[in-house]
Amino acid sequence: MSTLLTSTLKPAHQHRKWSDGALLVVALLALWQVASSLLGAEVLPGPWLTFLKLKSIMSDDDFPENLRVTAVAFALGFAISCMGGVCLGLVLGAQRLAGDIVEPILMAFYAIPKITLYPVVLLMFGLGLYAKVTFGVIHGIIPITIFTMNAVRNMRPVFARTARACRLSPVSYARHVLLPAAVPEVLAGLRIGFSLTLLGTLIGEMFASQSGIGHMLMIAMSRNDSQTIMALASLLFIFATVVNLAMLKWHQRLIKAP
Amino acid sequence: MKLAARWRLVLVVAFVGALEIASRRAWIDPVSFIPPSKMAEGAWALLASGDYTNDILQTLANASLAVLLAVAGGFVFGVCLFKLPRLRRVVDPLLLSYYAVPIFVVYPVLIVIFGLNRWPLVAIGFLFGVVAMATNTLNGLERVAPVLLRSARAMRMSTIDEIRLITLPASLPYVFTGVKLAVVYAFIAVIAGEFVLAGSGFGFRIAYAYNNFDNPTMYGLMLLLLVFVGTLNMLLHMAEERLYSRTRRASA
Amino acid sequence: MKRVPLTVVPDRAPDSTPCAIHAALTDVTRIYAGQKGKPPFHALGPVSLNLQAGEFFSVVGPSGCGKSTLLDVIAGLNAASSGTVTFEGVPVRDKVPEGVAIVFQEDATFPWLDVYDNAAFGARRAGVPENEIRERVEHALAFMGLKAFTHSYPVQLSGGMRQRVCIARAMVVRPRLMLLDEPFGALDQQTRLLMGEEMLNLWRETGATVMLITHSIDEAVLLSDRIGVMSSCPGRFIETIHTGWSRQRDSNTALDPRFGELTAKVWSLLRGEALKALGNQS
Repeated sequence: MSTLLTSTLKPAHQHRKWSDGALLVVALLALWQVASSLLGAEVLPGPWLTFLKLKSIMSDDDFPENLRVTAVAFALGFAISCMGGVCLGLVLGAQRLAGDIVEPILMAFYAIPKITLYPVVLLMFGLGLYAKVTFGVIHGIIPITIFTMNAVRNMRPVFARTARACRLSPVSYARHVLLPAAVPEVLAGLRIGFSLTLLGTLIGEMFASQSGIGHMLMIAMSRNDSQTIMALASLLFIFATVVNLAMLKWHQRLIKAP
Repeated sequence: MKLAARWRLVLVVAFVGALEIASRRAWIDPVSFIPPSKMAEGAWALLASGDYTNDILQTLANASLAVLLAVAGGFVFGVCLFKLPRLRRVVDPLLLSYYAVPIFVVYPVLIVIFGLNRWPLVAIGFLFGVVAMATNTLNGLERVAPVLLRSARAMRMSTIDEIRLITLPASLPYVFTGVKLAVVYAFIAVIAGEFVLAGSGFGFRIAYAYNNFDNPTMYGLMLLLLVFVGTLNMLLHMAEERLYSRTRRASA
Repeated sequence: MKRVPLTVVPDRAPDSTPCAIHAALTDVTRIYAGQKGKPPFHALGPVSLNLQAGEFFSVVGPSGCGKSTLLDVIAGLNAASSGTVTFEGVPVRDKVPEGVAIVFQEDATFPWLDVYDNAAFGARRAGVPENEIRERVEHALAFMGLKAFTHSYPVQLSGGMRQRVCIARAMVVRPRLMLLDEPFGALDQQTRLLMGEEMLNLWRETGATVMLITHSIDEAVLLSDRIGVMSSCPGRFIETIHTGWSRQRDSNTALDPRFGELTAKVWSLLRGEALKALGNQS
C-alpha cells in the first residue's frame, strides 16, 4: 500500500559495520567542505567553522533556556502524538469499517502543506506553547496513527485464531497477543512520528515563539547568518540521527533479528 | 458507492456543517475563523477575479519543476542504493533524520547561490521530494521477486529486455508511490518556502493576507489550496490503487 | 448425495479411557450467507460423525471441500448453520470448549516469545500454576526434541521446528481432544514422515482423541484408526474406512500389504472428487 516514507522498506541486512558508517560520515564531511570552498565560507560555512560556531552557541548564556523551551514543546507534542496516535490507530485497526472510513481522510490531511494551517492555529491559540505543541502534533500524529492501524490490521490471522483456541478473554487477547504483535510496526511509526513532530515543533517555534531553537533559526535566517543556520541544523540533524539509530536498534531487538 | 465511502461523505459533511454552525453562532471566535460558506465564497471570488492567477501559475510551475527533478534524481538515487547495498545500509538511518530538520532553513543559502528567483524554491521542492522518491524506488526494486529475474535468465533475455519487460513493470506500483509522494512533498516544500521567504507565489499570498489581517482572502486561498491538493492526492491515489490491484487479489 | 452415518465401534479400546463417543456431529451443515447478490455458499454438510474416545481419526478430501470448516465447527471456532455439535456431551457453539487443543496449518508461534514461553502460553492463560507449567513444558519440549532450543526464538527455527513448538503448546494443556488442521502442510515429505511418527508417540503418550485433517492419503492411512473420506465442496463423508492397525504402529506399517490396498481404496473414492475440485477452482 502507499508507503508514507520508508514504511515497507525490507530491513537491510543487519551486518551494520561501524567502519561503513564512519566512512560515510567522513565522505559527507568532505563533500560539505568542498561545497563550502566552492561557494565561499560566508555563503556555506564548512564543517570546522560550523563546529566552532556550534560550540560558541552552546556555551552562550541563553542557549540552555532556548533548548529547554524547545525540548518541553517537543516532548509534549511527541507524547500527545504517541498516545493519541497509538490509541486512535488501535481503534481504527480493530474496527475495520472505521478504519476504512478514516484512512483516506488521514492520507489527505497528510498531503496538505500543513504550513498553510498555521495561520488558523495561530489565530486560535495565539503565540506560545499551545500553538507550538499543536504544530508538532498535527505533523506527528498522522503517521503514528496510520502505522498503528496497519500494524493491527496486518496482524497474522492465525494469532487471533490461536487466541480463540486458548479461550482468551478480549482483554487478555489485546494484552498478550494483539499488542505484542503490533509493537514492531508501531515502533516504526514512532520513528517517523518522532522526526515529523520535531519538524512541526521547530516550524511552530519559527512562527509562534519568542524563544527556542526554531526561533533562533528564524532570526538567523532573516539575518542571513549562515553560520548559525548550519550550526543549528547540524545539531538537530545529529540529535535526530542518534535517536533514530537508538530506535532502530530497539526495533531489531524486538523482532529478534538474528 | 461503497459503505465506507458513504460514511466518509457523511462524516465530512457533518464536520463542515458543524464548523459552519459553530462559526456563525460565534462559538468559535469569528475574528479568527470564518464560516466555511464564506470561505467558499471568498475562494470563488479570488479565482474569478484573476488577481491571483499569476501567483497560482508561478507556484504550479515551481512545483512542477521540482517534481520533475525530484522524480528523475530520486529514481537514479534509488537505483544507486539498490545496486550498492553497502551504501544503502549505511544511509538507512540518515534517511529518516533527513525529514526531522526543516530543510528550508537552508533557503537563505540557496538564495545566495541561485539568486532571488524561482530556483531556491525549486531546489527546496527537489530536496524534499527526492528522498521519498529514492526510498520508494529502492523499495520497488527490492520487491521484484527473485524468481522473476531467474525466469528472465532462464529465457536468456538481454539486460535491457529484462529491465524493460520485467524489472520496471514489477516495481512500477512502488515507484509510482514514490512519484506520488514526490509530488505531495514538492508542493508542500514550495508553498512552505513561498510562505516563509518569498515575494510572490501562492504561499506568499497566504502569508501576506495573514500579516495584513485579511482573513477572508487568507481563508479563501487556504480553501483553494486544500481543494487542489486534496483532488490531486485523490487522483494520484486512485491511479496508485489501480497499479497495486494487479499485484494483489484483495486491495490492501 | 451419499450420506453415511458413522457409528463404527472400534475393535480395540484405548487402555485408560472407556469406550465412548467423545465428540459428535449430527447433520451439521455450514452455509455462508451470500453477500451482495451472490448466492449463499454451501461449504459443508450435512455431515454426521461420532468420534470415539481415544481414537485417531483422519479426514481426507480434495482441496476446498470443507475439511478445515469441519474442524472449525467441532472446535467451536465456527458455528454450524444447522445440526448439533457436542463435546463430552456438552453442546459446542462458538466458544472453544476446555479440554480441546488445536494445531493450525500456519505457523502460530509468537515471534516475541521464546520457545519456552510459546509452549507455556496456553497453560499460562488457563491459570495453571507456574511450577506445574515448568514440569509440563520441559516434558513436552523434550518429547518434541526441542530441549536444546528452549530459549531460542521462532525466527531462529526452521518451519518444522516451529510447528513442533505449536504441537508442544497443544500438549502442555493436557487436552482430551486434539484437532490438527493439516499441521504438516508446509513441510517437506521427509519431515512429514518423521512428524507423523512423533504424532503417534504423542497420541499414545497422552491418550487423547486425535482428529487430523490432511490431504495426504498416505499419511491418513498410515496414522489413523479410521479415515473419513470427504467429497468435494460441499463436503460430506463418502465413506469411512477402518484400518485396523494396532495401537503400537509406526512407519513400518507401510510395509503391510493392507497399506497398499487401503491407499488404493481411498484414492479410488477420492479421484473423482479431486477432479471435480480441480475443475471448480477459479
